[in-house]
Amino acid sequence: MQNKLNEIKEKVLPAIESAKTLADLDAVRVGVVGKNGSLTGLMKELGGLSVEEKKTFGAILNTVKTEIMTAISDKKQALETAELNDRLASESVDVTLPVRPTHQGRIHPITQATEEALAIFAQMGFELAEGPDIEDDWHNFEALNMPKNHPARQMQATFFFPNKNLLRTQTSGVQIRTMENKQPPIRIVCPGRTYRRDYDATHTPMFHQIEGLVIDEKTNLANLKSVLFEFFKLFFETENVKLRFRTSYFPFTEPSYEIDLGGAMANNIGKEWLEMGGCGMVDPRVLKNCGIDPEKYQGFAFGVGLDRLAMMKYGIPDLRPMFEADMKWIKHYGFVPQDIPSMVNGLSMNGGKKCD
Amino acid sequence: MRLSLTTLKRYLETTATPKEIADKLTAIGLEVEEIQDLATSLQGFIVGEIKSVEQHPNADRLHVLRVFDGEKDLQIVCGAPNVRVGLKSILALPGCLIPKFNEELKAGVIRGVESNGMLCAEDELLIGEDHTGIIELDTDKPAGTPAAEALNADVVFDVNVTPNRPDCLGVKGVARDLAATGIGTLITPKTSEIKGTFKSPVDVKIETPACPIYTGRYIKGVKNGESPEWMKKALISAGLRPISALVDITNYLNIAECRPLHVFDADKLTGNIIVRQAIEGEKLQALDDKEYTLMPEVAVIADEKSAQSIAGVMGGVDTAVSADTKNVFLESAYFNPVDVAKAHIKTGAESDSCARFERGVDPASCVADNITATQMILDLCGGEPSEIVIAGAEPDWHHEIDFNWNEVERLTGLKIAPEKMQTILKSLGFGVDGNKISVPSWRFHDVKLPADVVEEIVRIYGLEELPDAPMRPEKLSAGILLANQSRERTVRRALAEQGLNQAITWSFCDSKLAKYFGSKGVRLENPISSDLDEMRPSLVVNLLSAVARNQATGTNDVQLFEVGPEFYSDKVDEQRLVACGVRAGNYLPKSWNEAVRSVDVFDAKADALRALKAANAPDNLIIYRNAPTWYHPGRSGAFQLGKNIVAVFGEIHPQVLKAFDIKTPVVAFEVYLDAIPMPKNKNGKMQSAVQKSAYQAVIRDFAFVMDKGVEAQKLLATIQNVDKNLIKGVSVFDVYEGDKLPEGKKQIAVQVVIQSMDKTLTDKEIETLSTQILNFVTKATGAELRK
Repeated sequence: MQNKLNEIKEKVLPAIESAKTLADLDAVRVGVVGKNGSLTGLMKELGGLSVEEKKTFGAILNTVKTEIMTAISDKKQALETAELNDRLASESVDVTLPVRPTHQGRIHPITQATEEALAIFAQMGFELAEGPDIEDDWHNFEALNMPKNHPARQMQATFFFPNKNLLRTQTSGVQIRTMENKQPPIRIVCPGRTYRRDYDATHTPMFHQIEGLVIDEKTNLANLKSVLFEFFKLFFETENVKLRFRTSYFPFTEPSYEIDLGGAMANNIGKEWLEMGGCGMVDPRVLKNCGIDPEKYQGFAFGVGLDRLAMMKYGIPDLRPMFEADMKWIKHYGFVPQDIPSMVNGLSMNGGKKCD
Repeated sequence: MRLSLTTLKRYLETTATPKEIADKLTAIGLEVEEIQDLATSLQGFIVGEIKSVEQHPNADRLHVLRVFDGEKDLQIVCGAPNVRVGLKSILALPGCLIPKFNEELKAGVIRGVESNGMLCAEDELLIGEDHTGIIELDTDKPAGTPAAEALNADVVFDVNVTPNRPDCLGVKGVARDLAATGIGTLITPKTSEIKGTFKSPVDVKIETPACPIYTGRYIKGVKNGESPEWMKKALISAGLRPISALVDITNYLNIAECRPLHVFDADKLTGNIIVRQAIEGEKLQALDDKEYTLMPEVAVIADEKSAQSIAGVMGGVDTAVSADTKNVFLESAYFNPVDVAKAHIKTGAESDSCARFERGVDPASCVADNITATQMILDLCGGEPSEIVIAGAEPDWHHEIDFNWNEVERLTGLKIAPEKMQTILKSLGFGVDGNKISVPSWRFHDVKLPADVVEEIVRIYGLEELPDAPMRPEKLSAGILLANQSRERTVRRALAEQGLNQAITWSFCDSKLAKYFGSKGVRLENPISSDLDEMRPSLVVNLLSAVARNQATGTNDVQLFEVGPEFYSDKVDEQRLVACGVRAGNYLPKSWNEAVRSVDVFDAKADALRALKAANAPDNLIIYRNAPTWYHPGRSGAFQLGKNIVAVFGEIHPQVLKAFDIKTPVVAFEVYLDAIPMPKNKNGKMQSAVQKSAYQAVIRDFAFVMDKGVEAQKLLATIQNVDKNLIKGVSVFDVYEGDKLPEGKKQIAVQVVIQSMDKTLTDKEIETLSTQILNFVTKATGAELRK
C-alpha cells in the first residue's frame, strides 16, 4: 500500500504541476479523488485491513491526500490568477484619450473685484447699500449740492430721459437715499453700474464704481486716508502702496481730493502716480439736504472705479472688452466659481485656470 | 486753461522752475495736466547760421548749405526756398527728436550728397503752422545758442481749473494762490483814476436783474492797429489769435484778470445802451458768424434800435470794431452766473467770456477793470476818454463766516497753529477778525461755509502731516450682506458652476432689437449712439447680440449668463433684477465618446432650475406654457408661484434669431430674482431632522398611455399625491410617441419608489398602492397602463 501511495504521488504531483487549464487540473483531481480515483480506490481498500494497519495506513493516506489536495488548490489559484490577468490584459484601453467634455463657467473679473473690495470693507464694518440705475435730478444732482445751472453738472456728461430722469452718473444717489432713511452712524459702501456719455479707448458709456460713506460724530480726513490706504494695500496685496490726496473740487464734498495711488501698482506701468478716484469730507449742505444735522455729524465719502481696479490687479489691458461678452476673453480673464473672495484665503486664489 | 509762464510772471515774482510751479499748482488744486516747454521739447536744437549756399548737383529744388553750429561748419542739404547766406535758423542735429514726426533725425545722403542736420520750419517744431520755408530768426544770439532761448520761447502750463475757481481762469488768481504757498510774491499792478475830459455821449440804462452793474466809457479818436509783441505772445500762448489792438486788449484782460469786456464801435451804435431781456424772435448776427434767434430768457445789450450783443456771451457783427474804428464804447459789467448759463444753454453760443461769467467773475471789480482797460486802450490806441458811466450797483457780495478755529482739526485731524491758518487766509485775500472770516469778492461764489474755509487752509498748508487713523468696525458682524444681496451672489456662482460664463453687458440696447422683447419704449433722450438708445427690456437682447458676435468670430457654441437689471419704465426704481442665461449651438463640443446634440429647451429649463434652487425658491412652482413672445411657443414655459411668474425658459423664437442673424439654435432662461420670496424659517438656520427609513424600499415601474396633450407635470403630481408618506420618489424613465401607439397617444414610463418609515411593506400592501396609483392616474389624466 505504501508503494501504491508513493506511485500515486509521484504520478499525480507532476500532473498537477503541468496542468495548463482549470479543466486539465480538474481531470487530475477526478483521477485521484473522484469516484473511481486512485486515492479513492485505496480508501476503499482500507476497509479490508486490520485495526492496526487501518490506523497506520489511514494516517499516511490522509497525509498524501492533503498534500495532493493542497497542490491542486494552489495550482487552481495560480491558474485562476493567470486567467484573470489574461482577461484584464485583453480589456486594456487607451487612457490617454480625452475625457467626456463638461462645462465650467467663469465669473467676470469686475464681479470678482467687487466681491474682493466688499470682503475688505466688511472687515472695517461697512455694509453694502444699493440703489436704482435710473435716478431723479434730486438724488443725482440737487441733493449733492449741484443745483440747476451749476457748472459742475457739466463735469459729468449725463444720459437723460424725456421725463428729466437720468442714468446715475455716480452711485452717490445711494448715499443720499441711505442718509434720507437712516440717522448716523452710517458706514456703507455702494458698488454699481454708473453711466456717462463718453466712449473712447479709456471710457465706456457704462462703468462700475464703488463709493463709500461714513457719517458719525467724529470721523475725519485722517480716517479717510487710513481707510483708503488700508484698502489699496489689501486689495492689491502689496505693502508697497503710496497714497496722495490732491486738492480738487466736487460739489458734494468739502474739502475735496483726487486720490492718487503710487507704489508698486503705478510703477508696474511706469508711472509715479495713478488717478484712482475722488474723495472728501461730506459737504454740510449735503447732510442738511438729507435731514442730518451737520452741527452734530460729519464724515467722509469716496468713489473709486471698479473696472480700473480689476484691470490693474489682474493685468487686463483694455477696458472695452470687459463689456463685449466674448467667450475667449471671459474664459481667459474670468474666475472659477469656487474662487469666492474672502479675507481668509487671500481674496482670490486665481487658481483653476485650466479647468476646461 | 493754458497758463503762460511769461504772463504769470507779470503777476508773480518768482525764481521757481516750471516744474516747481507745476507741482505746487497741482498740490493746491490747480492740476497741471501738461507742461509745454520748448526747452524740453527742443532739447539739442540750436541756432545755425548759413555760411554758404550752393545748388545741389542732382536736384533743381535742393541746395547744399554750409551751416555754422557755433564751433564748425556742417554740410546740410535743404529744400526750403528762403535759404540765403547770413540767415540764422533753427538747426536740428542728428539725434534730435523732430516734434512733428516724433522721429529721431539721422545723418544721411540726399540725392548723393551727405547731409548732417536739418534747418527747420515752424510746423516741424510744432510752434506754428508755417511750412513755406525755414524759420527766419531775427536775433543777435550767436550760432550754437539753444533754440528755446533764441525763440524766446514761453513755457505753457495746461491747468485744469475746477468749476468752483473762476477766479483762477485769470492769471492773477493763479498768481495769488501761488503767492499764498510762498513760492513767490504777488505783483498788484497799480491803477489810478482816469479823468474823463467829457461826458459820454452814450448813456446806459439797465432794465433787467440779470445785470446788477454796468460800467462804460466812451473813448474818441482811437487808432485800432496791431497790438504789441508781448500781448500777441501772451494771447498766442493762451491759445488765442491776435486780431487787433482793441480786441486783443479785451481778450488779454479776460485771460490775465478774468475780466470779460466788450468794445463797441461807438459810431455804429444807435443812441444809448439798454441792458434788457431779448424780445421773442429778436435776431443777432454774432461775432462767431452765426445768426441767433433770441428768446425772452436771454439778456442782451441793445442800443435804441436792436440787440447788439448777448449779455456776457458774445458781441454782434453790426457794432464790432474794425481797422477803421475811430470812437469806441467800452463795457465792463457784471452779469449773474445763472442768467449767462441760461443764455448759453438757450442759444448754444459759447465764448471765453461766457465760460467765466457763468462760473462767476469778481462782482466788485467792474470799475477798477474799466480803468485798467481804458488805460490800456489809451496806451496802445491813443484817444481821449470820457467820464466813466455807471449804471446799477455792485451786487452785495460781502459775506462773513463765523469760524471756530478747531474746525480744521475736527474735520481733518490736522493740528495747525492758528497764526499759520490766519496767515494763509490773509494771503488768499480773506479778512480775519477774531472768529470772523470775511470772504473776498472774487471768492464769494464759492466760499460760504466753515468747511469751505477749512479747505482753503488745508490746501495751502498741505497734507504731509495728516496722521494715521485706521477705522475698525464698531461691532463685529458675521456678514454685511442682506439676504437678497447674498442670494444674488450665490446665483451667479451657481450659474458659473452650471457651465455658463458671466457677461456684463450694457444696460441699454438697440431699440430696433428691443421691439422683439416686449419693449416698453424706455428711450434715452441723448443716447451715445443710435444702436444703444433704449434701456434693455430683457437681458436676452444683449446676450443674443453677444452670441452673434461670438459666432462671427469663430466661437459657435456659446454659454453666457448675466445677472443685472432690466427696465420697464423711465421712472426711478422701475427696474428688476434678473438672472438670465443663453446657450447656443451644440450643448457640448464634439467628442469621441459622447454624441453631439444641439442645445434644447431642457438645457434652459435645467439652467433656470439651477438658478431657482440657488435662490432658495420654494418647491411648489408650477410650469405654465406662458413664456413671453420671444420664445418658441411650443418649446418654452414659465415657472409660477401662484400668479407670479418667477422664471421663464425656452428656445428662442426663430424670427427673433433671424433679426440677430443667428443661424444656430439658441435657448435662454430668465429668472426674476426680486419675485422669489425670501425663505422663512422659524428655526433660523437649523435643519429639520433627517427622514430615513430602516425598511426596504420597493421599486415599481408603470408605463402609461395617454393623450398627447396630457402633461408629465400632472401625471407626476398625481402619483406623488396618492400617498405622500409611502411614495418617496417618482421619475420618468421613458417617453414614447410613434407607430406602436394609436394616433394622438403617447406613453410615459415612470418609476415609483415606495417605502414605509415603520415597517416592511407586504406584497398585498404594495399591490393595493399600485392599484390606487393606477386608479388615481386614470381618473386625473385618462391614462391607462400599457397592455
